[in-house]
Amino acid sequence: MKSGSLGSYIARRLLQTIPVILGVVVVNFLLLQLAPGDLATVLAGEAGGAPKEYIDQLRARFGHDQPVYVQLFNYIKNLLVLDLGYSFRQSAPVLELLLKRLGPTLLLMGSTLVVSLGLGVLMGLLAALWVRTWKDHVISVAAVIVYATPLFWVGLMLVLVFSIWLDWFPTSGMENVVAFHEGWNRVVDIAHHLVLPTVTLSLFYLALYARLMRASMLEQRGLDYVTTARAKGQTDRKITTRHVFRNALLPVVTMAGVQTGGLLGGSVVVEAIFAWPGLGQLAYQSLFARDYNLLLGIFFMSAVLVVIVNLIVDVIYVFLDPRIRIG
Amino acid sequence: MKKFWSRFLGNPRVYLGLIWLGLLLLVAISANVLAPTDPFAIVGKPMAPPGGEFWLGTDSLGRNVLAGLIHGSRATILIAVLATLFAVAFGTFIGAVAGYYGGLIDNVLMRFTEFFQTIPSFLFAIVLIAILSPSALNLVVAIATVSWPPIARVVRGEVLTVKSREFVQAAVVAGQGDAAILLKQVLPNTLSPLIVTGSLLIATAILVESALSFLGLGAPNLMSWGFMIGAGRSFMREAWWLVTVPGIAILLTVLAINLVGEGLNDALNPRLADL
Amino acid sequence: MTDIVLSIDDLKVALPAWSDRRFAVGGVTLDIRQKEILCIVGESGSGKSMMGKAILGLLPAPHVRAVGGKIMFEGRDLLELSDDDMRAIRGGRIAMIFQEPMTALNPLMKVGQQIEEVLEIHTRMSPAQRRERVLELIRDVHLPEPERMIASYPHQLSGGQRQRVVIAMALALEPALIIADEPTTALDVTTQAQILHLIKELQRAHGTAVLFITHDFGVVAEIADRVAVMRHGEVVEQGPATQVLGAPQADYTKALVAAVPGLKPRLKELDADANVLLRVTNLQKTYRTSSGLFGGTVREVHAAKMINLELKRESSLALVGESGSGKSTLARCIIGLESVDSGLIEIDGERISGRTRAELRPFRKHVQMVFQDPYASLNPRQRVGDIIALGPMLNGVSREQAIAEARELLHLVGLKPDAVDRYPHEFSGGQRQRIGIARALAVKPKLIVADEPVSALDVSVQKQVLELLNDLRKSFGLSMLFITHDLRVAATVCEEIAIMQRGEIVERGATAEIFATPSHPYTRSLFEAVPGREWISSLG
Repeated sequence: MKSGSLGSYIARRLLQTIPVILGVVVVNFLLLQLAPGDLATVLAGEAGGAPKEYIDQLRARFGHDQPVYVQLFNYIKNLLVLDLGYSFRQSAPVLELLLKRLGPTLLLMGSTLVVSLGLGVLMGLLAALWVRTWKDHVISVAAVIVYATPLFWVGLMLVLVFSIWLDWFPTSGMENVVAFHEGWNRVVDIAHHLVLPTVTLSLFYLALYARLMRASMLEQRGLDYVTTARAKGQTDRKITTRHVFRNALLPVVTMAGVQTGGLLGGSVVVEAIFAWPGLGQLAYQSLFARDYNLLLGIFFMSAVLVVIVNLIVDVIYVFLDPRIRIG
Repeated sequence: MKKFWSRFLGNPRVYLGLIWLGLLLLVAISANVLAPTDPFAIVGKPMAPPGGEFWLGTDSLGRNVLAGLIHGSRATILIAVLATLFAVAFGTFIGAVAGYYGGLIDNVLMRFTEFFQTIPSFLFAIVLIAILSPSALNLVVAIATVSWPPIARVVRGEVLTVKSREFVQAAVVAGQGDAAILLKQVLPNTLSPLIVTGSLLIATAILVESALSFLGLGAPNLMSWGFMIGAGRSFMREAWWLVTVPGIAILLTVLAINLVGEGLNDALNPRLADL
Repeated sequence: MTDIVLSIDDLKVALPAWSDRRFAVGGVTLDIRQKEILCIVGESGSGKSMMGKAILGLLPAPHVRAVGGKIMFEGRDLLELSDDDMRAIRGGRIAMIFQEPMTALNPLMKVGQQIEEVLEIHTRMSPAQRRERVLELIRDVHLPEPERMIASYPHQLSGGQRQRVVIAMALALEPALIIADEPTTALDVTTQAQILHLIKELQRAHGTAVLFITHDFGVVAEIADRVAVMRHGEVVEQGPATQVLGAPQADYTKALVAAVPGLKPRLKELDADANVLLRVTNLQKTYRTSSGLFGGTVREVHAAKMINLELKRESSLALVGESGSGKSTLARCIIGLESVDSGLIEIDGERISGRTRAELRPFRKHVQMVFQDPYASLNPRQRVGDIIALGPMLNGVSREQAIAEARELLHLVGLKPDAVDRYPHEFSGGQRQRIGIARALAVKPKLIVADEPVSALDVSVQKQVLELLNDLRKSFGLSMLFITHDLRVAATVCEEIAIMQRGEIVERGATAEIFATPSHPYTRSLFEAVPGREWISSLG
């Protein structure tokens, strides 16, 4: 792979994300049309709270007496310059609210990705190595059960056991604000708060990746190139580490990319349970405030986030699989 | 076919799954007989622990938890199955057309599918219901809207493989029309993966439905398991069973569906089961 | 007896309980001597591959196991060895070459690294020494640009090149014995000739013993010093190649040898005034692949470049070419499965090219097709009767009538009429191909296009199907366009031959003429590549 062509590959992939982003904008607009009331009233927050002048100003801006496609065009124009409007419920511009909440969500997603992928791949690998022994059965049965457990219920059960009964971890929030921790102490404090939300969000994906990795390992182990390696006189251990593992990892990486959207969805539930101050919790709050503009802003932001993560996964994939043609 | 049934029913996991699902179906059908009173009715003093007058205790308002569980099974199953049916119908249509016609049609339809797979689906469902207002029908619509893409992809992939088989070309050469070829030659040969994916989708639909109900986006006048957990959440410290019991019901149901679905897969694709 | 490299004594390989036979290999005794190529030849299910795998302990455990006998190699019984001792032998003393070069290499590892792995496992060479040796091996198997080659990934190489890599891997440590399991079956005929030549050359240079497993008697004639013929897990005959091929003793061997298609044209030339049924004029077809709606790169493959062709009534024409020659594309255009870019296809004077699917429907019954893969060409979810009756029913024949005709047709192709009520999976490959032929005949076509109809069949079945096609052609007065990669098959069923290469017909004429005096260099190279052609010519 030539280094120059990687740049053009990324550029081409970036280009491909444009229709997706535009699609999300259009979907947002369609949803706004579905909501009761005209565009401006919905955007301003249906149940009131916005001053009359602001609504009039919105009407003028989107041209409420214009045909729908003009309104759509104006809406797209606004979103593309990241003008997401103003939330009167929160008394702040939507973009500012989103950016403030982005950090905690990224932290939660990142830690979840590391835990679920790392442990999931490891568990799947071990189960495949121990296939059809009691150890494999323990891992597989645990994975099947975890895979069937609702995310929010896991969160609540963890709170019940580890916060309420054992009092090991805090029930909510990202840090102990009244303690005014600084520096390293603050990091420890946040990490302490991060444990339960991460475990909650990770478990399902951990089970998913473990099952996938196990199946992928077993499938790869039956392929011809493994027989070739055996015929060379290679040891089973080296066959696993040098040949099978990397091939088996590819579908798991693909799956991890596909699941980013799901991860964000899960974070709504987890953030709602643990009062984690991220995008998900903001979505939960705006839901009950009927602050649709903010809600759609979160949806837009999340979709952009997923697109970016998918792009990163695709680039990683290029390095993992030489068969991907570039250029 | 005999081989299929013996492989399918010879699997103890499938047996356990089918027993639970059978029981659940019975309960759901005869909910009005098993628990004649309205599950929303206040029947006793609040937060009575399980094992007393009410087997599974009462909630914060004094509603019978067992009655809620029985009626909840109905709502949960109905919404999940309906949503899955819609998703399978739509996904099959998109996937079959894309796979069979290929070219530009395939390209456009698959970009459309990818789009729905890329956007955060659960968040999309939330936004949909928030704007359409929560109701049983909207719940079905929202869940179906976010769950059809995997079906479309599976069907498209299968149609692509089956389409390249020579018996399909033989039908073209015989002069059979496109619609007839798709319906009579191609689709019957994509049934097994479709059945497997579809059955596993019911499990996902239950999880999504209960998560939405938990967040307060469920059908307002229907008792469902997710709603019970959401309502019991604030009283976890005093009444652990309000959250625990319906959660176990969801867990067992989803688990049972997954076991049966995987059993179907193993029985329909014996090559994989042989590993 | 010191020149014996490997001695197999009463080897038994058991199959799992649910299979239809107890043993894949049921008591085989064989010796492989130094510096010889021993060919194991047999049809599918003869157990020849299982035996090869058993020697290296590569049987698909735990279901298939060696349960009896001995495999003596360098004074030890391979079946008794510990895992570690067996590993030292694999790749070091006994190496293996596989059938599918496409899947035999790890797709994520550079080719050089995969060869080097053998040296890494069995020697204490330094990385620099290993690299030197790998380059030397690459040169030994005549791969171009060794430096670039070792840095390539398998997907960047052609099938023949990959097979050379696998051979280099096998040679790395100068093993005493190489087991080659159908190493040329997946390759084109000219590539096959090169690989066979390479194996022979290297075997002579290094004095290695080779156990060569194949289904093709031509390959045997080309390469073998000695031959063992296997059937149902047992050796029915073994001896020097000249003896087994020249004067076979066992009935089974005799039948197999008789079934090998000869290189002499069997059919007489047609009278010149027979009128033309199929005419192809200036046909062009180019495939373009782009990477999607927003991607740019377009690749062009010229599958057919200005093709001109005529087929006379009641005659048959073979289109011969290797993979990628465009022969299948041409057939698909004629049958109307593929649209043409330009040019004309006429049947009985009526244009059939450039029509939409719907417009084409009335002409469908004139041209029918027999497909290559007997397992993919019948819908597994339909009864044989319905499969055959589909064409006639679409042409307005009632179902009862169509099924009754299907019964007659099944009888005609040598199957029982009650097969109409059964499903395809109840039939063997050869029987399925007969059903496919019956389906093609059901609408009483004028022209049959047969796309490699026997390439998936064992040689004895192959012969029967070819004879059936010949008979039916005569009794129905059909014309046939026969697509094949095999000149030998073409000679048995066709009066005329057209040789295709890279989308062009390079030579065309009466079979007898082309076989006697091939004029185009490519045609000559095809003839030279026919494995064992001297022996086949001697068969008459």
